[in-house]
Amino acid sequence: MSGVRVLVGTRKGAFILTADGKRDNWAVSGPHFPGFELYHLKGSPLDPNRIYASQCSSWFGQLMQRSDDGGATWTAIGNQFPYDGVPGTHQWYDGTPHPWEFKRVWHLEPSLSDPDVVYAGIEDAALFRSGDGGTTWAELSGLRKHGSGPRWAPGAGGMCLHTILIDPSNHDRMYVAISAAGTFRTEDGGQTWTAINQGLHSAHIPDPTAEVGHCVHHVAMHGSRPRTLFMQKHWDVMRSDDGGDHWREVSGNLPTDFGFVIDVHAHEPETLYVVPITSDAHHFVMDGKLRVYRSRSGGEEWEPLTHGLPQENCYVNVLRDAMAVDSLDECGVYFGTTGGQVYVSPDGGDHWRTIVRDLPAVLSVEVQTLQ
Amino acid sequence: MSGAGVRVLLPSLLRDMIGAPGEIVMDVAGAVTQASVIDAIEARYPMLRGTLRDVATRRRRSLVRFYACEEDLSHDEPDAPLPDAVARGAEPYLVVGAIAGG
Repeated sequence: MSGVRVLVGTRKGAFILTADGKRDNWAVSGPHFPGFELYHLKGSPLDPNRIYASQCSSWFGQLMQRSDDGGATWTAIGNQFPYDGVPGTHQWYDGTPHPWEFKRVWHLEPSLSDPDVVYAGIEDAALFRSGDGGTTWAELSGLRKHGSGPRWAPGAGGMCLHTILIDPSNHDRMYVAISAAGTFRTEDGGQTWTAINQGLHSAHIPDPTAEVGHCVHHVAMHGSRPRTLFMQKHWDVMRSDDGGDHWREVSGNLPTDFGFVIDVHAHEPETLYVVPITSDAHHFVMDGKLRVYRSRSGGEEWEPLTHGLPQENCYVNVLRDAMAVDSLDECGVYFGTTGGQVYVSPDGGDHWRTIVRDLPAVLSVEVQTLQ
Repeated sequence: MSGAGVRVLLPSLLRDMIGAPGEIVMDVAGAVTQASVIDAIEARYPMLRGTLRDVATRRRRSLVRFYACEEDLSHDEPDAPLPDAVARGAEPYLVVGAIAGG
């Protein structure tokens, strides 16, 4: 019997939500690691019982966890992320040089070919790789040592590497996104990187079309079309059909094109989801209405999805890693809010319901489709 | 030298992690200092490495404080001897998360 396991990271612990393929009745486990910020949890696509988790605290720093039984039990793994060499400086908010300092792990991306290999995106922005199930970590420093590093700057959430995408047709090709630097591509497994930000326009930097400095919030890909990328930038929803070499805006008729999440339907590579947020000053949904917008045409034309979502007095945000899709025959779409709700639509966005309603603020949502 | 062992009270979040609801008692080899007590904690509970002090620099994390005998020892040298009452187990060594945010 198929089913789903939803991994939810919150400001005060992790929660695991499970259901069968109908996605009607849910079991909730947690909080795991209560009191800690769980920025991200993600399972291996090769071994769904293996789950990696980033656990952190302003007081006690970064901890890392691994489960080999689907989240029933956890083992502390390596929590040291030493930069390769002397890391130097990046730009601070005011443009002055600021030393590179490790703060936390934002995103974990298990390998598509080896359950012991996992990538970690950290703040201050860098990419790490573990080849031993998370026991030890080594920086893929070609990214940070890309010549543009001294010109990267933090976004409001910090200078975080928050998106890691692995091309399923060529595992040496990966994409990462950094706020506020932009998007980068490697073709050699992370040794060398190319900035791929041509076509982005960002008014908050002196040269709006600069090579780097763009506040990319999230990037999504459909596995069947790995050269097509969709981006929710600070403002603007963007699309590339050549592996990021060129981008064009597809915000179309969205009521606002500021936002954080973006995702792609599991079976329809031109069906996209975003959650428009009022503005960079007002990090909540517009007009008190929680609306997911869906495009069935790869952007430009968007429709609001509201059935089952609050349409008055709602002022939540949906953070960049807090949307996911399952791969059941009828694609399920999930997202979590800063108000602690986790929503599911078992029919591709037409109808929504809450799985849980009163969690701590949700930082991330991932879904595992279990057979 | 340690006598009955050094009593340590960790913050509740870290006690939860190691499954210790109250004080832990550490046997400390050699001089009883803040550094040697934390060395002993990290040896017994490897999952706590990095939570009290930076692994590379061994400097106290900025939102962690150390108290004993009604004194703030946070800014003392890590290798300075702890009060005799702590070394004898008469008084606990308190690791406290600074009051900051929620």
